[in-house]
Amino acid sequence: MKRLNLWAASLLLMLCAGMAHAELTIEITKGSDQAIPIAIVPMANGDDLPENVSRIVSNDLERSGRFEPLPRESLISRPSSSEEVHYQDWQQLNSDYLVVGKIENQGGEYRIQYELLNVNGQNRMLGEVVTSSRDQLRDSAHYISDQIFEEITGIRGAFSTSVAYVTASGVGDDIDYALSVADADGHNSQQILSSDEPILSPAWSPDGGKLAYVSFETGRPGIYVQNLATGQRVRLTSFEGINGAPAWSPDGRKLAMSLSKDGQPEIYVMDIASRDLRRLTQSDAIDTEPEWAPNGRSLIFTSDRSGNPQIYRYDLGSGQAERLTFTGSYNSRGRFSPDGDAIFMVTRDDSGYHVARQDLDTDRMTILTDSDWDESPSVAPNGTMVIFATQEGTRGVLGAVSADGSASFRLPSPQGDVREPAWSPFLD
Amino acid sequence: MQFKPYAKGFAVALSLAVLAGCSSTGGTQDGSMDGTSGTGAGGTGTASSQGMGDGQGTSGTSMSDRDAIPEQRTIYFAFDRDTIRPEFESVLSAHAEYLQSHPNTNVVLEGHADERGTREYNLGLGERRARAVEQYLTVEGVSASQIEIVSYGEERPAVRGHDEESYAQNRRVVFAY
Repeated sequence: MKRLNLWAASLLLMLCAGMAHAELTIEITKGSDQAIPIAIVPMANGDDLPENVSRIVSNDLERSGRFEPLPRESLISRPSSSEEVHYQDWQQLNSDYLVVGKIENQGGEYRIQYELLNVNGQNRMLGEVVTSSRDQLRDSAHYISDQIFEEITGIRGAFSTSVAYVTASGVGDDIDYALSVADADGHNSQQILSSDEPILSPAWSPDGGKLAYVSFETGRPGIYVQNLATGQRVRLTSFEGINGAPAWSPDGRKLAMSLSKDGQPEIYVMDIASRDLRRLTQSDAIDTEPEWAPNGRSLIFTSDRSGNPQIYRYDLGSGQAERLTFTGSYNSRGRFSPDGDAIFMVTRDDSGYHVARQDLDTDRMTILTDSDWDESPSVAPNGTMVIFATQEGTRGVLGAVSADGSASFRLPSPQGDVREPAWSPFLD
Repeated sequence: MQFKPYAKGFAVALSLAVLAGCSSTGGTQDGSMDGTSGTGAGGTGTASSQGMGDGQGTSGTSMSDRDAIPEQRTIYFAFDRDTIRPEFESVLSAHAEYLQSHPNTNVVLEGHADERGTREYNLGLGERRARAVEQYLTVEGVSASQIEIVSYGEERPAVRGHDEESYAQNRRVVFAY
């Protein structure tokens, strides 16, 4: 053990350095035609800091698909406050909005002063001072992005959220699996579990404090819940057969799951405090991938009771299940939009597996992605984007698409397969 | 994935040490050593030195018995199917015979799917295939108590690649003794 510890100590620095390089990077693959032009002027004194706040804000807004930041080289001047702005200059550049600001170092703390200006109305929409430590600069930038996004779109920004995901490298018996949590832009990734047995289906508790997931670490699948702040974890289930697809109820007190202990995989609901288990479905088919409606009154799940996988809705009041999807021969892994009006899912057509949206009032399905190996869609807490797993060459990568399909980006990883993304709820 | 270059034995100590060392970047940390303690569950039958991890399986098996385990321990399935193909019936019968003559030996039937489709649904497909094999064995007279089923779905591909040849090798049930 002594030796192990010595090894660990000597490798510690290398691994910390390595972690920084393992970040997922962002690649915008499709910009929206509707994107709003916005000029984000590099903040005064911002270029020499460990994090470039203006660039992070610009990247956040661009990634959302709703904004098109002007390229830096086309900025004709660099005002740092509204008093220095000549609105006509920015009107000529056809920029609808303008963000200016400056950063002051005050005894080790950073004072970030920024303003959001309406170029055509020639007025200030937002002005704020954010105080930030050196380590918080990225978080502060995401906070500013959230404020700008909400002020212009009326929708709460989701740039200060996180994504959990699973990585895997190797083949056959020799695969290393890990569960990680990163900022929504792929930065600050932290591994929270590693195993030489499969890990899948991470699911955030509604308060963002815990992850439920499936781990095969004992050689059999079990559902675990891990507290992210303390690292404490419990194994909730280890029934014979499948222990899969954990899904939190909106109040965080129950987990829906798929268990095959009675034969076929069926949907169950477990009360987390008492561990009481209630079986919901009774079918001679695969019933899995449950997801609670935001109002907590029903669940959707995947079942192949019709002969191929389709999405059904189970009403907790009546105990009845109705089929929701009828377009195509493969629809699975449904996820609700936060307002409960639409579901996102994986659908198969002649070219492969894509992320699709079905609006529940019209039952119309729209395929959102043109990639062919998509799975595991997970919706941002503000409903504007869906993150999913897909393939690039033979590698698993994460992609994201706007809820209307108009914009998309990729988060390629430097090594291994990345899959099973789960977008966190709002974290404050 | 950062642990790849290092011996797995170090991974626990490393993950704890690293997360402690890097803790200034956030509050998440490894909560348990359990994460790396699971042993290989047989896969293609080559992981015997690691055992099954649950006290079943190889623990009571002598060397001469091991020699008698049928050599072919993997059978394959058609896309989206769980029916036993005729060419594998002799393989199943050989295992049935072995298990009947070794009533104290247990087997884990590991069900696998190819990568197409969603992961949790594929766990169901893998389990269906393993159950089809279980049913064949019990009809041949093997005691159900000797058989356990673990579905890996698409989580443990034998082969990587997005072509039918790869998929065909991944849609399988493995006998792990």
